[in-house]
Amino acid sequence: MTIGAEEVYDDGPLYEAAKKVYPQRIWGTYRRLKWIVLWVALGVYYVVPFIRWNRGPSLPDQAVLIDIAHSRFYFFFIQIWPQEVYYFTGLLILAALILFLSNALYGRVWCGYACPQTVWTDLYFWVERAIEGDRRDRMKLDAMPWTAEKIMKRVAKHAVWLLIALATGGAAMLYFVDAPTLMRQFFTLEAPAIAYIWAGILTLTTYSLAGHLREQVCLYMCPWPRIQAALTDNEALNVTYRVDRGEPRMSVKEAQRVRAHHQPAGDCVDCLQCVAVCPTGVDIRNGPQLGCINCGLCIDACDAVMTKIKRPIRLIAFDNDENRERRMRGEANAFHPVRPRTIMYAALIALTGGIMLYVLATRSNSHLSVLHVRAPLFTETAEGGVRNGYTLRFSNKLADPQDFTLEVSGVPGISVSSVVAKPVADGRLGVRLDPDSTLEVPVYVTTAPDVNLKAQSTPITFTAVDPKTGERNVVVDHFFGP
Amino acid sequence: MTTDPNHVDKVSGQTTTGHEWDGIRELNTPLPRWWLWLFYLCIAFAFVYWIFYPAWPLASSFTPGILGHTNRAAVLADVAAGQAARAQAAAGLEKASITEIAGDPKLLELALAQGKAAFGDNCTPCHGSGGQGQKGYPNLTAGRWLWGGTLDQIQTTITHGIRAPGDPDTHTSAMPAFGKDGILKPEEIRQVANYVRTIDGLEPEQGVDVAAGKKIFADNCVACHGEDGKGNLDMGSANLTTKVWLYGNDINDLVYTITNARNSTMPAWGKRLDPETIKSLAVYVHSLGGGN
Repeated sequence: MTIGAEEVYDDGPLYEAAKKVYPQRIWGTYRRLKWIVLWVALGVYYVVPFIRWNRGPSLPDQAVLIDIAHSRFYFFFIQIWPQEVYYFTGLLILAALILFLSNALYGRVWCGYACPQTVWTDLYFWVERAIEGDRRDRMKLDAMPWTAEKIMKRVAKHAVWLLIALATGGAAMLYFVDAPTLMRQFFTLEAPAIAYIWAGILTLTTYSLAGHLREQVCLYMCPWPRIQAALTDNEALNVTYRVDRGEPRMSVKEAQRVRAHHQPAGDCVDCLQCVAVCPTGVDIRNGPQLGCINCGLCIDACDAVMTKIKRPIRLIAFDNDENRERRMRGEANAFHPVRPRTIMYAALIALTGGIMLYVLATRSNSHLSVLHVRAPLFTETAEGGVRNGYTLRFSNKLADPQDFTLEVSGVPGISVSSVVAKPVADGRLGVRLDPDSTLEVPVYVTTAPDVNLKAQSTPITFTAVDPKTGERNVVVDHFFGP
Repeated sequence: MTTDPNHVDKVSGQTTTGHEWDGIRELNTPLPRWWLWLFYLCIAFAFVYWIFYPAWPLASSFTPGILGHTNRAAVLADVAAGQAARAQAAAGLEKASITEIAGDPKLLELALAQGKAAFGDNCTPCHGSGGQGQKGYPNLTAGRWLWGGTLDQIQTTITHGIRAPGDPDTHTSAMPAFGKDGILKPEEIRQVANYVRTIDGLEPEQGVDVAAGKKIFADNCVACHGEDGKGNLDMGSANLTTKVWLYGNDINDLVYTITNARNSTMPAWGKRLDPETIKSLAVYVHSLGGGN
């Protein structure tokens, strides 16, 4: 195929350069809320590793600890073993459902307030403003040649950013080992190399994501905006420019003149303050869009302007298209937080949470698993009996040693032997487990020579009882014969 | 990429690439610049990787890279590190006697784990993965032993083997090949084989003189197998009264055994394995259900 002359177009650039966003300082309701969430989130992140929780002498006393070396996860009174990672599945399902519910009520508030990318970017903006000044100063500084002042400001800004990044990456390590010990080792250069490597990696990611990539993460990297767009509906409250009230845009004087002639005039004075304060640099007046993280800072900016020009506030507000229709019909605004979608999300949250609570509350401190030895499936002994082998694994999740008595029943005329478990009474075996440990116990069950097994396979029951707590673990397996 | 500056999509306000399918034009949505730079960085990384690590296949070899890294060396280093980590625990097995190991829960746990691994490496070809044995190779789970089933006896058997050449302490017993060496006539062998079946509670063949077999047994076999046929652990003579037969209790198997003798061998593992491994193996074999 030949390309006709009219099909050869101008070659544009291969890429789209990010337009730098210079968010302006703003005060107001949503800004205050954003600060509160930011400091609470950072506070939780830095304080949690230092909370202590006494679990006895043999276990770590850190309240929240992901102990990879010993494959345990500690969360206050909960201790998760590797085979119980389904608790995390439950937590993730719960987190997703809560995200969906928050989206059904208030749109992408997670993005605007609580997402780590938002929290750290906001913190970095704060540092940037403190050192380089507000929007106009920063724009001027960017355009300026490299004078001593510019160099100093830039060095200071990046130094503080890197320090915050280091504090962020370093603090992440505190969740994996004893926090006070690591703190001391980290600064006396005695910490393990892997701690420095990970702290370094997370420092770098924090610095580049919060300092440089910023809104690019929301626009290009994050899957949630795409998923969210598919999950939202007409009733969710999103940051919305009330186009019915704002248009047609005109200056204050123009609007006064138009209104004097009893002509309709919009409240929007096209001051672009909503765009100036936006951390992702969108124009909310274009309607709901991918870049909008629902933080509400444009609401604060617009409210300030509306107050100044003595028009009603909330030209931009948490609102939806349904309300615009209502207003155009002359009805009052309405919000329906209770609707099938939210009821369903809430019910699923209650169900998931309920199941998790139930499983957690009825979780036992011990476990018994039984594996039938397959080779040989059974042995005919020298004495003429039939012997089956079983590999039992006991788990003790307590911080104290635990004693079990093991009883095997269901097959007539059997004797039970094991080199690990010692006989206690009535043919029962005693097994002792160290604190927080598992033990493999080979057990052999042999029938007396005169016993006639009626079937090739007979059910056999293993019952392990902790006489102190009365906790019972019952496992049913099979006894095979010729 | 060529773009069509004259055609702007009405909905999005974007220019198009000029590609059109059924009236739908592809929007021109360029990648962000940082993404492109990351892509170039990955390409640059590949070049650096080629310099440091094995990369390009050549006719008979490959470019080794200046770090000289090989996966095999990395695995060997890991294996050495694993052995060093186990050295301390293994030292405990080295010092303790086999009965001390069986009595100490920690040493026992270690010995069972190590014994299971060593059994899989060395013993399963003959004795089976679970010690169940096969014809000619003893079942270690049944409680029938030729040379004894206590911990010490098992340890000795593993160390010195059975009829192992070059080991002066090896277990040796030699049942005569009664038929091949002309000690008994085939008919006598059939008679004694049938008698042996009766002492194990099995039916003899029709029309065979079992009484004559009993006489032959008394004259030729009791010296080793005992009057009751229960054998003797000290000389490794088989107990003929159990349900478990090393070479089978079928009449033809018995006739073959008496005619030719079997006298199979087991290597002396003391020459091949270190003492801790042999102790672990003995503890493991003893634990398989048949130990005394």
